[in-house]
Amino acid sequence: MKQKLYEVAHSRAGDKGNTLILSLIPYQEQNYEILCKKVTAEEVRKHMEGIVTGEVIRYELPNISALQFVCHQALLGGVTTSLGMDAHGKSLSFALLEMEIEMEDAAASQ
Amino acid sequence: MIRIGSGAGFSGDRLEPAVVLAEKGNLDYLVLECLAERTIALAQKRKMQDPTQGFDPLLERRMNALLPLIQKKGFRLITNMGAANPISAAEKIVQLAKEKGISIKVAAVTGDDVLDHITKDQHTLEFDEPLSNLGTLISANAYMGVDAILPALDTGADIIVTGRVADPSLFLAPMIYHYDWADEDLDKIAQGTVVGHLLECAGQITGGYFADPGKKEVPQLSELGFPFADIAPDGKAVICKVEGTGGVIHLGTVKEQLLYEVTNPAQYLTPDVTADFTTVKLRQLSKDRVEVSGGTGLTKSETLKVSVGYHAGYMGEGEISYAGSNALARAQLAGEMIRERLREYIPELRVDYIGSTSVHRTTFGKLADPYEIRLRVAGKTRNREEAAKIGEEVEALYTNGPAGGGGARKYVSEVIGIASVLIPREKVQPQIIVRENAE
Repeated sequence: MKQKLYEVAHSRAGDKGNTLILSLIPYQEQNYEILCKKVTAEEVRKHMEGIVTGEVIRYELPNISALQFVCHQALLGGVTTSLGMDAHGKSLSFALLEMEIEMEDAAASQ
Repeated sequence: MIRIGSGAGFSGDRLEPAVVLAEKGNLDYLVLECLAERTIALAQKRKMQDPTQGFDPLLERRMNALLPLIQKKGFRLITNMGAANPISAAEKIVQLAKEKGISIKVAAVTGDDVLDHITKDQHTLEFDEPLSNLGTLISANAYMGVDAILPALDTGADIIVTGRVADPSLFLAPMIYHYDWADEDLDKIAQGTVVGHLLECAGQITGGYFADPGKKEVPQLSELGFPFADIAPDGKAVICKVEGTGGVIHLGTVKEQLLYEVTNPAQYLTPDVTADFTTVKLRQLSKDRVEVSGGTGLTKSETLKVSVGYHAGYMGEGEISYAGSNALARAQLAGEMIRERLREYIPELRVDYIGSTSVHRTTFGKLADPYEIRLRVAGKTRNREEAAKIGEEVEALYTNGPAGGGGARKYVSEVIGIASVLIPREKVQPQIIVRENAE
């Protein structure tokens, strides 16, 4: 069954210049493995196509069961000179959570 | 054990949570982090107009509330509210203390202003082009580290007021001062940096910026308490808040904040250390108490980051609302009209449909027909007059545009851009200036 990431994980967005930084944190730590498998840098790049034009790099933090996505060229030039409504891209955590993945039966949401 | 509280996470942050921490937190140190990337360039502009200004505009209000508590409770305060003018900030604090009959010693930390030491052929980290390609430079401030703050703590000052220093360094300095960590204690310095990073955004670790009704509940969000940390000699820390305050501290809030704005969790660069956040361990000890340990570090870099503020022209904006049947189509017609009319004056024009695609530039294929839409047009120009044209065009939609437009607003603002360059450490020389009121 396909599920929105929103159902199984939470996220906070941050910015550095024109780079968007998105954490992805499963509510249940046992869902970390399936997120590692399904939410690859490439899949995120594809999902965020209309937003991110540069490279997406994924970092894994197994100690705290969390992923970090660093998305380059994502903020219309960056907070200080962007013409966008949300110049920081702070609301983009919820854009990531719109992504849908196939959750295996064993790892349903909470 | 030392206890450090975080009483502000940005320049405009709430005033009262710091007062609660100061009164009830039994703190050794209170840190107020009030300096965003652009804040210092704006402060520099105020200083150019009046050499006694250029510190944080809320300094007086925050100090009026906290000075009596510093006297009563005896904690020390560390803040970057000096912005572009730490010495004037120190003098202002001394003047306020004098009015209240409070003895106070304030140490100002300067040396971050390196506008005279950078060259215009230096390439920026963001755009990989020389600074000379950007507009007129306003400010250039190096991110200084604990090296700059430790001598200020040595003076015995009650209050330390800095300009630009790395945010975690504001918290790390009292840890190093208290525990006398050596330069080669890299893991302790990194672990202290992790704690500083967790505290620097204040309410963002106690449930602020976290709540999502039905999914992520935060109790008493309207009375959010700010955090403090109890830090052991090895850097291991417990993040807590004052009992009875709103908010929540659990693994979820701490994880979100640990990763916040971190571009490489394995190499978090500060002036003090290269910290590895991937080794960090978190443990919920009890309600609203999370233990943080395990941060590790490698040696600091040879260079310091410099944040450069420059004039980037002006921005004009105009907004107008459409509602009812076919609202989006009428807003789109208005948007296309404005585009056509401004095409020759303003090459970089942005047209947003608020209520539909304005925030994420997409709806991921789910485009419902909204009942109301607010059209927003924004553009960058070289001067104020051109910027004003954008709002004027939007306002003129009242009598010249599609049916039923209402609530037009127009704005013009000056745009200050920020870029970064690197500078060798030896070019940045911190200095301490002490001001005092003895009663």
